[in-house]
Amino acid sequence: MFSTLNIRIGFFLAKRQIKRTSPWTTILIIFVMVFTFINLVVISGILVGLIQGAVNAVREHYTSDVFVSKLNNKTYIENSPEVIRIIKSLPQVEVVSARYSEGGTLEANYKTRKSEKDKPNITQTTVIGVDPTAEDKITNLSKFVIEGEYLAPGDYDQILIGAFLDKKYLDVDYPSFSPLDNIKPGVKVRMSIGGIEREVTVKGIIKAKVDQLDMSAIMIDSQLRSMIGRNDYNVDEISVKLKKGADPIIVRDILKRNGVDKIAKVQTFYEAMPKMIQDMVDTFDLLGNILSSIGLVVASITIFIVIFINAITRRKFIGILKGIGISAQAIEISYIMQSFFYALCGSVIGVIFLYGFLEPFITAHPIDFTFADGILVAPVGGTIFRIVLLMVTTIIAGFVPARLVVRKNTLDSILGRN
Amino acid sequence: MIEIKNLKKSFKDGESTTEVLKGIDFTAKTGEFIAIMGRSGAGKSTLLYQMSLLDEPTSGEIFIDGKNMVPLSIDEKTAFRLSELGYVFQDYALLPELTALENVVLPLLMQNFSEKIAYEKAIEHLTLVGLEKRLNNLPGQLSGGEQQRVSIARAIAHEPKILFADEPTANLDNESSRIIMNIFKKLHSEEGQTIVMVTHETEFSKFAQRIIHLDDGKIVGEEKN
Repeated sequence: MFSTLNIRIGFFLAKRQIKRTSPWTTILIIFVMVFTFINLVVISGILVGLIQGAVNAVREHYTSDVFVSKLNNKTYIENSPEVIRIIKSLPQVEVVSARYSEGGTLEANYKTRKSEKDKPNITQTTVIGVDPTAEDKITNLSKFVIEGEYLAPGDYDQILIGAFLDKKYLDVDYPSFSPLDNIKPGVKVRMSIGGIEREVTVKGIIKAKVDQLDMSAIMIDSQLRSMIGRNDYNVDEISVKLKKGADPIIVRDILKRNGVDKIAKVQTFYEAMPKMIQDMVDTFDLLGNILSSIGLVVASITIFIVIFINAITRRKFIGILKGIGISAQAIEISYIMQSFFYALCGSVIGVIFLYGFLEPFITAHPIDFTFADGILVAPVGGTIFRIVLLMVTTIIAGFVPARLVVRKNTLDSILGRN
Repeated sequence: MIEIKNLKKSFKDGESTTEVLKGIDFTAKTGEFIAIMGRSGAGKSTLLYQMSLLDEPTSGEIFIDGKNMVPLSIDEKTAFRLSELGYVFQDYALLPELTALENVVLPLLMQNFSEKIAYEKAIEHLTLVGLEKRLNNLPGQLSGGEQQRVSIARAIAHEPKILFADEPTANLDNESSRIIMNIFKKLHSEEGQTIVMVTHETEFSKFAQRIIHLDDGKIVGEEKN
């Protein structure tokens, strides 16, 4: 079928049919192909990107590239200063933030409580102690202050409160959890950690779309250290940001070889990600593929109909071509080439639109979902695979109707007989 | 050149069968110009389609240059039509998205002529029919007579053994018809082209050497000019 001669004649016919057909028809078909391509790539890309946005947020604003945390049976990372020294000595490491972390409670409105019988406005939380400068370098925490101000190194008795601890940002009433009411910068709350109470002022409210931060209270590390009596400087977790291009897996393995894994959990950002998010990535990927498959079927039916109508209305001319001796294969190839042209144009325009506009735009302006900033995940490998899929489907969808018409009796086609 | 033996063609419509050709025996020699005449429904176009291999007879044999054409496969018949036969249809049968030149060059390219030779031949034959100034016009930009001349150029550009014409002047005015018939006459007298033409116009049948009269699916007479 695909002899050089048939391809040559098929190309001759296809080129002229495309060139001299109505430009509106061509534009319409290419338009359909562009949107099919977008549907194929973008729908799954957004679905995966929605979760990827959450994954990225946890990485960029909490765990960073490598996350060292206390072992499950320990209350802190033993010999933390030595661990931090090892980490900082690695050439791949850019900046490190060591955090203290302790369970505690926050109570608001205690001054206006009228009776001991009234339910106190109290909430369970994790209090995180950070070096505000190092923390900001690694997680850009100051960027997420939505009310008030970020912590300064000398801000004793001041805290940042995660937005989900504030009722106006999380207006739900779980039986086991109730957020604080009437919270704003400048308001005093009572903090209790291990029986030690302290009255602290809310300096700011943060919303990072990372649960570990949005449900925590953050204060200066030295103050939390003294409150919990951690005079040995042993911290609970260390986020390690690597220099551009450094591989978290390599750094994790170096730390393990140095024995850090004997006293702490050493994980890449991916390993430190909650299992639920990992499962959701896979689920949304599957969902995206299902939706893309439906899009592909719709596209192939569209192309089938377009080519079928095109071939049916040109049945007489197909008959004439066969009558004057043009081989059926050359005629079929001309339709394959037309389908290929439409799919190629649709894909090229789609790729330009995707990588030239859509992806950079969504990266710059993430879609503001409640629990994450949705981005568009469109890896080049996956896009190429989808282009090939679109091409193959379109070519088959173009070839089948053309063959149905070409195989009809030559004279019947010429005379328009059924 | 062409020899037809006991050719029959019938069409089925549900349970009923219509016999259009009822056992035709016919011979055409190389270089002859034959006109087939008859009233409407006599079977003249059907006969032309059978002998030009555009249709399959119900029974009978068709020999061209001594070779029985009936058993050939569809692809073999297509290849034979391409290289050995030429066609002129009543409604010109040009491809609307191809220019005059492209319509003529297409079958030549299909015969694997180089692009240069194919275009030279196509221009030569379009010049022969007087369309050297209309090479790049689409069929829609040409008159009926001009379109039919493109059709003739396409049919003869590869120098076929036999040129079949199915009522080539039926859609044309008198002047255009005369131009077309003069081209046929010239092709026959100067190039020795074998032509089999179906017509219902007595005036133009006189251009042929021999006239076959058909009625009710049978040859009922023959006359020589």
